[in-house]
Amino acid sequence: MTDKQILEWKNRFAVIGAWLVAILFFFPIFWMVLTSFKTELQAIAIPPLLVFEPTLDNYTLIQERTDYTQYAWSSVVTSLGGTALAMLIAIPSAYAMAFSPTRRTKDILLWMLSTKMLPAVGVLLPIYLLSQKLGLLDTKIVLVVIYALINLPIIMMILFNYFREIPKEILEASRMDGTSTWNEITQIVMPLAWGGIASTALLSVVLCWNEAFWAINLTSSEAGTLAALVASFSSPEGLFWSKLSAVATLACAPIVAFGWLCQKQLVQGLTFGAVK
Amino acid sequence: MNRTLVRLLQAPSIIVLLMWMIVPLSMTIYFSLIRYNLLYPERTGFVGLSNYEFFVTDAAFPPAVWNTLILVGSVLCISVVLGLAIAILIDRPFLGRGIVRVMLISPFFIMPTVNALVWKNMMMNPIYGLFAVVAHAIGAEPIDWLTVYPLLSVIIIVSWQWTPFAILIFMTSLQSQDQEQKEAATLDGAGFWAQFWNLTLPHLARPIAIVLMIQMIFHLSIFAEIFVTTSGGPGTASTNIAYLIYAQALLQFDVGVASAGGVFAVILANIVAIFLIRAVGKNLMV
Repeated sequence: MTDKQILEWKNRFAVIGAWLVAILFFFPIFWMVLTSFKTELQAIAIPPLLVFEPTLDNYTLIQERTDYTQYAWSSVVTSLGGTALAMLIAIPSAYAMAFSPTRRTKDILLWMLSTKMLPAVGVLLPIYLLSQKLGLLDTKIVLVVIYALINLPIIMMILFNYFREIPKEILEASRMDGTSTWNEITQIVMPLAWGGIASTALLSVVLCWNEAFWAINLTSSEAGTLAALVASFSSPEGLFWSKLSAVATLACAPIVAFGWLCQKQLVQGLTFGAVK
Repeated sequence: MNRTLVRLLQAPSIIVLLMWMIVPLSMTIYFSLIRYNLLYPERTGFVGLSNYEFFVTDAAFPPAVWNTLILVGSVLCISVVLGLAIAILIDRPFLGRGIVRVMLISPFFIMPTVNALVWKNMMMNPIYGLFAVVAHAIGAEPIDWLTVYPLLSVIIIVSWQWTPFAILIFMTSLQSQDQEQKEAATLDGAGFWAQFWNLTLPHLARPIAIVLMIQMIFHLSIFAEIFVTTSGGPGTASTNIAYLIYAQALLQFDVGVASAGGVFAVILANIVAIFLIRAVGKNLMV
């Protein structure tokens, strides 16, 4: 074989390998979706069934029994609300830090990031008791506020990086022309940083949607999110796999589809805009 | 912009985060110094450091610290090494690359609770799970994964979720690698490994640092995966610090001891954070 042929074969093996790895990684998800269309008996059949007559019973049952729409609505409201609140606080702050940095700016940002490392359990009880006192237990408001707070450090970091990349000369030129700060933000910075702001918001929505700890511990039937609904299926319904799969599929489908569509923007956000 | 405006704009984010840190933390510290058990509301009073003593001398404490470190360490190793390998594997044009990419990154978008439930039931169940079925098919004895290898099971579950994260980021930064440089190296007779060590790895240094940092932030307080699968058991075999505190607070109702644990976890997180931020923090900013 010539060198070229060897290279071709190597390439072919790599492609087969890539497909195998992809199938392996995707398999649990595929299996979950497949199981959601089985009856409970089919779900635990040995050997496992790949071909069967699909049923939609699980999905209708979930709707009847658990009020999926209410949980889904909670997820939507808390994810979007938390993200919006955090962005509202973060955009002006990150803007100020990026365009008028002081010696301490980077340290402040790293301090913010370090608050992200505090384990939530360490402050669970105070937060629980405080929200109980304020009558906020099992409301969407408490989740919106907490989601905004836990995502704020990451959002600040990403926005800071994006704003930094806007060439300062443009701003200086506009200041010479006497543009006001407000116009500077809305007409020059925002259009340039739009992609960055969108990536940041997308990432924040994904993180909020999948958040389980606070949702499990602070909410129940009123404001419970899909993540909490799924967790409630953990032990007692041990062998109701097809119903579990149906709930799980419903809970994940929106955000997975969202993730597929926004891959590029999410990578930007996930690396704090520091990897291109 | 003048100084006042700058301060004014910065203030909200700093103030809310300070409050988010200080208010609950000072309450936690206060609780940790008093006798406070929801089952015995009549027992009150200042107890000094005895809650800390109780938490640290609890038989579950050393394994919890150990498990936390093993869990974070192994998931980091697995996801970075596997993520690198897979990212390099798919860094070439081929049929269906878009689909392969979508399939590879999907697990990252799955909720941790769903992820854990799917693995617990449909993969690792000792009778009906697919692992057991495969074991039977090749004539081996099926293993009750969550009972026999609880910590390993949690590591597998968390790695399955986070390796795609590493793939996603390495894949993206590989695309910005200088292709001409690689071709030149190939022409000069540099083999795969020579290119990997001298070109690819240096190019990926920053993304690797970022992946380590972000994963560490999320892994130090892993909770949902353990809550849903093993509940920290059997015994304390898969209890990490986060779960141990949770168990103290909500299963044994001892707010005092749980708060002492919370303070301990915060200190541990800060130690790790200082090291980590010193090491890779500056990488995170443009």
